[in-house]
Amino acid sequence: MAINQSTAPAETGLRGPRGEPVTLDVNGATYAIELEPRVSLLDALRDHLDMTGTKKGCDQGTCGACTVWMDGRRVLSCLTLAYSCEGHQIATIEGIAQDGELHPMQQAFIDHDAFQCGYCTPGQIMSAIALLREGNATTDADIAEHMSGNICRCQAYPNIHAAIREVRDADDGG
Amino acid sequence: MSPVVGKPVNRVDGPDKVTGTGRYCGEIVLPGLAYGLIVGAAVANGRVVSIDETAARAAGGVFGIMTHRNTPKVANQPRLIPSLAGQPAPGESFFPMQDDVVHYWGQPVALVVADSEEAAAHAAALLDITYEPGVPVATIADGRASATQAKTLFGGLMPATDERGDVEGALAAAEVTVDATYHFAANHHNPLETSVTTAQWDGDRVTLWDSTMGVRASQLTVASLLGIPLSDVRVITHFVGGGFGSKAMVWPHVTLAAMAARHVGRPVRLALTRPQSFTSNGHREEQEQRITLGAGRDGRLTAIRHRKLSVTSPFDDWAEPATGVSTQIYGCDNYLGDHQLIHGNTMTPTFTRAPGESLGSFTLETAMDRLAYELGMDPIELRIMNHPPVDNHGNPWSSDGMADCLRRGADLFGWAGRDPTPGTRQEGNDLIGTGVAGAGYPVAFMMPVQHARARIFHDGSVVIQTSAQEFGIGVTTSMSQVGADGLGVDMDVLRFEAGDTDLPNTTSAVGSMGATMQSSAVHNAATTLRNDLIAHAVNDGKSPLHGLSPSSVKVADGRMTSTLDPSIGESYADLLQRNRLLDMEALGSWTPPGMDTPHGLLTFGAQFAEVAVDKDLGLVRVRRMTGVFAPGRVLNPKLARSQLLGGMLWGLGQALLEGNQIDRQSGRWALNNLGEYLVPVHADIPDIQVDFVEVEDDVVGPLGVKGVGEVGQVGAAAAIANAVFHATGRRMNELPMTAEVVMNGGGPG
Amino acid sequence: MTMRPITFFRAGSIDEAVAAVSSHPDSAFLAGGTTEIDLLRLNVVQPTLLVDVNDLPLTYLEDVDDGGVRIGAMARMSDVARAPRIVERYPGMSQALLLGASEQLRNMASMGGNMCQRTRCSYFRDGQSPCNKREPGSGCSALTGINRGHAVLGTSEQCIATHPSDVAVALVALDAMIRTIGPDGTNAIPIERFFLRPADTPSIEHPLAHGELIVAIDVPALPVARTSRYVKHRDRASYEFALVSVFSAMRVDDAGNVAELRLALGGVGTVPWRAHRAEEALIGRPATPENFAAAADAEFADARTTPMNEFMVTFAKRAIVRELSEVTS
Ligand SMILES: Cc1cc2nc3c(=O)[nH]c(=O)nc-3n(C[C@H](O)[C@H](O)[C@H](O)COP(=O)(O)OP(=O)(O)OC[C@H]3O[C@@H](n4cnc5c(N)ncnc54)[C@H](O)[C@@H]3O)c2cc1C
Ligand code: SF4
Ligand code: FES
Ligand code: FES
Repeated sequence: MAINQSTAPAETGLRGPRGEPVTLDVNGATYAIELEPRVSLLDALRDHLDMTGTKKGCDQGTCGACTVWMDGRRVLSCLTLAYSCEGHQIATIEGIAQDGELHPMQQAFIDHDAFQCGYCTPGQIMSAIALLREGNATTDADIAEHMSGNICRCQAYPNIHAAIREVRDADDGG
Repeated sequence: MSPVVGKPVNRVDGPDKVTGTGRYCGEIVLPGLAYGLIVGAAVANGRVVSIDETAARAAGGVFGIMTHRNTPKVANQPRLIPSLAGQPAPGESFFPMQDDVVHYWGQPVALVVADSEEAAAHAAALLDITYEPGVPVATIADGRASATQAKTLFGGLMPATDERGDVEGALAAAEVTVDATYHFAANHHNPLETSVTTAQWDGDRVTLWDSTMGVRASQLTVASLLGIPLSDVRVITHFVGGGFGSKAMVWPHVTLAAMAARHVGRPVRLALTRPQSFTSNGHREEQEQRITLGAGRDGRLTAIRHRKLSVTSPFDDWAEPATGVSTQIYGCDNYLGDHQLIHGNTMTPTFTRAPGESLGSFTLETAMDRLAYELGMDPIELRIMNHPPVDNHGNPWSSDGMADCLRRGADLFGWAGRDPTPGTRQEGNDLIGTGVAGAGYPVAFMMPVQHARARIFHDGSVVIQTSAQEFGIGVTTSMSQVGADGLGVDMDVLRFEAGDTDLPNTTSAVGSMGATMQSSAVHNAATTLRNDLIAHAVNDGKSPLHGLSPSSVKVADGRMTSTLDPSIGESYADLLQRNRLLDMEALGSWTPPGMDTPHGLLTFGAQFAEVAVDKDLGLVRVRRMTGVFAPGRVLNPKLARSQLLGGMLWGLGQALLEGNQIDRQSGRWALNNLGEYLVPVHADIPDIQVDFVEVEDDVVGPLGVKGVGEVGQVGAAAAIANAVFHATGRRMNELPMTAEVVMNGGGPG
Repeated sequence: MTMRPITFFRAGSIDEAVAAVSSHPDSAFLAGGTTEIDLLRLNVVQPTLLVDVNDLPLTYLEDVDDGGVRIGAMARMSDVARAPRIVERYPGMSQALLLGASEQLRNMASMGGNMCQRTRCSYFRDGQSPCNKREPGSGCSALTGINRGHAVLGTSEQCIATHPSDVAVALVALDAMIRTIGPDGTNAIPIERFFLRPADTPSIEHPLAHGELIVAIDVPALPVARTSRYVKHRDRASYEFALVSVFSAMRVDDAGNVAELRLALGGVGTVPWRAHRAEEALIGRPATPENFAAAADAEFADARTTPMNEFMVTFAKRAIVRELSEVTS
């Protein structure tokens, strides 16, 4: 099958390289901002929407500090272009506490001292909540394996595991 | 004695961290903020021949480009001195972009400032830089012939040689000797937040939000380099995403951020990229250590010779000291420790968690294990019998605990009944082994007088202030505890404020000294204010406490009461309101005992590990770790445990995963990202247990606090290596102990 | 480091996507972005137009020819790994997927993108060092540099970069077929012809024309694959590329002879390495550790090593013997 060249994108379909309006849905709210296509979701959040809770640890996909959810699935915002997020729902750490009430995972992180410097923490929490939703946290080994995309250089790992177990078991009980 | 000190209180900054609302230094919003990016040299030795800026300037959004041609000359280049000393503390005695010479790969040769991070990065890539490259010498292998004996270390603070008795004679006469040589790959700190500085000028004054472990050090260094008064440099740091030594000294990018902001007339954020974090804030240097022990058949050490060879920069005689523990943790009349240096094409190495002693102790503690096998003695008993009641100068320990740590650890770990024969336990494909090591870390009193301020308002709320700040160790929390107890108020009414050079001085919280220094100053400020308030009350005719002796007044929950009759009393707030005092404050200070205090100063501990070694593939996995430590008073066991756990797991990384080397052709670090420079991940974490041996210490400050930041790492790698020997019968002479090292029988040496 | 200005186009159909890329010389498809955005930032690739293919209806998994599976190119690694038909029919492939990267990356990364991921050779990735793959003719820094993780099989004087994929190792063992639609029509490429060894042209890694889009990967029915396995050995316990990985699917007959065998290796080759020599050496022969060892020796007979990666040969041979012995018992 030969491709008909007439299906090439109309000039209007091409966007950028200059800044153009983009609509992003973050934590249930809609934001219309102007961005260049080269801007990552991470930089859009941090530098354009002033949501700095999502952290930049590497900008290379190797640390997990930038973990957010796209349509409920955890992804790395540093390797995602903001333009690719149009039409999708993004959730960040800023949207996790509801009406000033910490999410049980956030509270468990505090109670178990599951962080030190706190820089990996938003990413760890976004991963941890998603992990329970994914249902792959049955054993300690499952938790460790499926959290391994989130590096904690302070090595708060044992405490993070304890926090996740507590929330998992509370969920099961309730 | 006290209601909150010693309790496992949750971190007070926890909510800020779990909700993402805490602002780190690269998250400061300022109008007109511009983004800076350093361009690092692509050669390790040579000269910049030309820099063509045409394409970069045409790229759009560029506010300015700095190179050696237009970068201001620094006013005064301070020499390297550890930031703990409270003086300007440059990471290296060198400032880049002052001329065209390149000394190390990644050395800043240009700085681009643009209206977005992307624009800066793009313009930086378009800078056309040509070099006249020389041949780099950056490794032990290439520089061995040029090694020289160092005179002093640590910016001149420490002698490089430590000698007593007659080592050669004692070794010749020893009934038993052990001799081992080790090679250690370089380490990079890799805090999860790379270093970042946001700089803003207001006339002649500059404000820096700097991800530093000590705001004061940044202020002193930047003021010196720019040649401006200290009062014109304010450094603010509320959250730091980890440091581990990489943010203990002040590296060129901090001052470059200030220069760039002046250059473009806007506030500038200058963040290191992850790859740049491997070439911009030092590293633990590549090193070789050789140790020779002499002992009697009874196990008594008669001689220790401990030598280190490492690579430093062209500008500084830096070596992390390897012999500060080996000279004193075990008694021995004949000792020689020394350091040799190769000046090569690297930047100046720097503090890296448990600086010096983590590898110095690795060398000593694996050698002690060899000795135990030579003698057929239990390694714990060998250590306990050699651990002296005094240090190498004959001074008694300010507090000890070493033997108790070893014994308690042995109980917790289940050491009793261990068959010491190597290679006897196998499960499936894995050989199983257990190992032990002693741990010690020096308490270093090189810092100046420390200050803190306590202030109470007439509604009873309290602010405690000191400049040095939080970077994960929990000072915000533990200082709130110390302040609350000192003043006799509930933690809820107290706010601890830090991370701002406008506040009273405390020194960088490095070398595990943060808790000691700050708690001493905060305690003194809080108790001074309490005493002032009590004095006010007993002298106030309208106070129910009028006429009582101050010593018969006690305070709790912000209320002063008579110790004789608890129904007599009043609150601080009542006292202040009645006297129409809107607030009262007191400055507390603490003068450290000094380096020459007649006490042995080490924090002790013991480490245990169980490993599984794949018998064919050489891969080592740690199954269990137990650490017991004697850090003096534990202000907050929850936080102290976290710090110690962190240190032990750093030891695991150092033992098995973390190692960097320089590519000999280019002089560039081989690994420059977190996908290749391997730090432990969740799945690497063993069962881990931490416990304390409480020891009282009235030398190290009013509260008796020693540090927990470093000692957790000391000995951890040695315990793992000793366990690998127990599992396999092979001694490991290299770190990290990667598969090929283990497969090939332990490496050279 | 760079972030060059780019033009963005979100393709609404396969035709649109193919036309957009094939009509712009400096363009590339953008799937999960886990390779593309990373390398763009490192200045290793320099597209000026990115054509986002995430909206294309290529996320399906469906049955083909009695028991085979067709996997849409945009199916995500995490979804494929847990799809019941993959878990049942090709457990080794499911394991290979789950042992790759991290959950976040697997949620992003597409199967088509995985086939096109680039090597992790640090000289390739630094955007500066001489590297024939990145800049043909500039030389290979790895040959005499730090090459602990570099390939020992399928290398050339021009390049010794390791192919990093895990799932591709399973797919070469399973004789998968790569289906494409390009400016010149549709194409089906047997997977072993898809991955090109460096030879004299290390910059050419696969036979796709510019603008040719992978639309699906066909995995044929293979009963023996129902007991397939994938083991991945690495320095740290997770979130790392393989030091050595082994995919195996073996059937031993009642006489104790190897009746069927699919064996492939990761971490050791310039391409996902189908161990044909070892397979040939074993099929029809008794399934004994001695024969496994001889087969492993045969596979590595032509291995070319450096002082730093020499250990990989022993390591890989032992890994093969262990894997086949465990499968047998
Ligand atoms: C930190 C890290 C760790 C990783 N670890 C592992 C690991 O352990 N094991 C492993 O196997 N992988 C690993 N990966 C690699 C990862 O699996 C690949 O990056 C991913 O599969 C690529 O898919 P993508 O959809 O993100 O592709 P993209 O990045 O979007 O694209 C990659 C390339 O393929 C092209 N392309 C994409 N889709 C198509 C298509 N349909 N047709 C033609 N060309 C196309 C793009 O133009 C681009 O050149 C890791 C990646 C990272 C960042
Ligand atoms: S091995 Fe290949 S990718 Fe690596 S430097 Fe050599 S040519 Fe480049
Ligand atoms: S910042 Fe995205 S993975 Fe590190
Ligand atoms: S808390 Fe510091 S990196 Fe995890």
